[in-house]
Amino acid sequence: MTKKIEAIIREDRFNDVKEALRAIGIIGMNVTEVRGHGRQGGISLTGRAGDYSVDLLPRHQFNIILSDHNVERTIQTIIQAAHTGNTGDGMIFVYPVEDVVRIRTGERGHTAITYDGDIDTLASES
Amino acid sequence: MDQINSGDTTWVLVASTLVLMMTPALAFFYGGMVRRKNILSTLNLSFVMIALLSVQWVLYGFSLAFGPDHAGIIGGLEYLGFSGVGASPNPDYASTIPFTAFAIFQMMFAVITPALITGAFVERVRFKAFLIFSLVWATLVYDPVAHWVWGAGGLFHRLGALDFAGGTVVHITAGYSALAFAMVIGARKGFGRRTFEPHNIPYSVLGAALLWVGWFGFNGGSALAANGVAVNAILTTNTAAATAGLVWMVLSWNDHKPSVLGIITGAVVGLVAITPAAGYVTPLAAMAIGAIAAPISYYAIRFRQRSNLDESLDVWACHGMGGTWGALATGLFASKAVNPAGADGLFYGNPAQFTVQLLTVVVTVVVAFSVTYLVTKLLAKTVGLRVSEKEEEVGLDISEHGEQAYA
Repeated sequence: MTKKIEAIIREDRFNDVKEALRAIGIIGMNVTEVRGHGRQGGISLTGRAGDYSVDLLPRHQFNIILSDHNVERTIQTIIQAAHTGNTGDGMIFVYPVEDVVRIRTGERGHTAITYDGDIDTLASES
Repeated sequence: MDQINSGDTTWVLVASTLVLMMTPALAFFYGGMVRRKNILSTLNLSFVMIALLSVQWVLYGFSLAFGPDHAGIIGGLEYLGFSGVGASPNPDYASTIPFTAFAIFQMMFAVITPALITGAFVERVRFKAFLIFSLVWATLVYDPVAHWVWGAGGLFHRLGALDFAGGTVVHITAGYSALAFAMVIGARKGFGRRTFEPHNIPYSVLGAALLWVGWFGFNGGSALAANGVAVNAILTTNTAAATAGLVWMVLSWNDHKPSVLGIITGAVVGLVAITPAAGYVTPLAAMAIGAIAAPISYYAIRFRQRSNLDESLDVWACHGMGGTWGALATGLFASKAVNPAGADGLFYGNPAQFTVQLLTVVVTVVVAFSVTYLVTKLLAKTVGLRVSEKEEEVGLDISEHGEQAYA
């Protein structure tokens, strides 16, 4: 089975998370810039005279498609790299994926998300 | 026989160019503070004034402002289409440059003044109504007030009112008209319930920086000669802007953090306040004028915010109040030692000068506010002053111009 991980993290943790994911063999991913808020609610910025509050803050969202058995390890890796302990660290969502198609080859399912040197090959080598 | 001086003429032409640049500079200063769906609209509100008012000025604006006087109220129609405005100097205004050079320099002031007002009604004004308003406003407010203050025989000119580069003619008229316009057009949808974040503060920094540079032409050029008065005006201009920027920074720091948007706003307010005084006061007086201008406008913005009026980019607080302070301060700090063609102010033993300044300010405030209020009410009832709710939500770039800024 295939899953999708959406991980919303702080902008300043972006490179750490990306490198940590690469280190465990997560090769395919895309990233979107999002704005939002959770419990943190927003921040106060300085205006021309006095303050104003901004409720939607910029964050990065990693979108990763991977096999079931790699989900837990990936989640732990993201948490480790993105965690600061303050409100606003972000959220991780996991969804089931119906199917995956690699447009170049027409491969489907698990083979469509397999790469040389990815998390599964690294695991079988060790 | 008046002789054309090439140094004087060159300086006035260069100064005209600098003042021309101030209108697109203002466009970016304002543009950075609106939401991204209204950036083109906001830039255009200023830019199109260069086109509209340049034509108005040549056709009849200059004649109404600087044509031969009628009862101190308005200029005659002798200079329609710039007829009779040629290479020979007009000693009533400047005896060493072609009269046309003076008319071109003044054209750039007529252009930027209605552009200043646009900060009051960005993100919701109907473009067609805005064009009509600007033309009517230039004819009924700017041209007459320019004549009263600067025209040979103008009623305040006769009384000896001092307005070196347009504190009254430009900034008070624009500031109080902005207040009236904002009251009539009403607040932007969602005002008071959600935050209107400035979408590109770097644009505003760029705009303010270019305004500062352009202001050397605005104030320095108002000497209408390359002489000691021009040099003094540039020094006082820079000093007032610098001081007001610093003071604003401290006020902002005290409230939260030293805001960049605040520092540049402070500098612009300093430039506004020194405008009427630039050629008449010492650099230390300029420092005092800038230092006092900053808190006046800063707390005017806070007051405006609390009063829940959506005078969106604080034209009244910055130009109306800054200009009022500057015009009154001219009546305090002016000195004949700086400029023998000027007058002594209250601090130099001439309280009458302050009274004249106060009278000029009060009459100008009343005229600018009430004429704008009536004209905008009339436009609201006829062509419609603002776009529909749906057009406002979509943004004026798409709904009024069919364009998007960032593809």
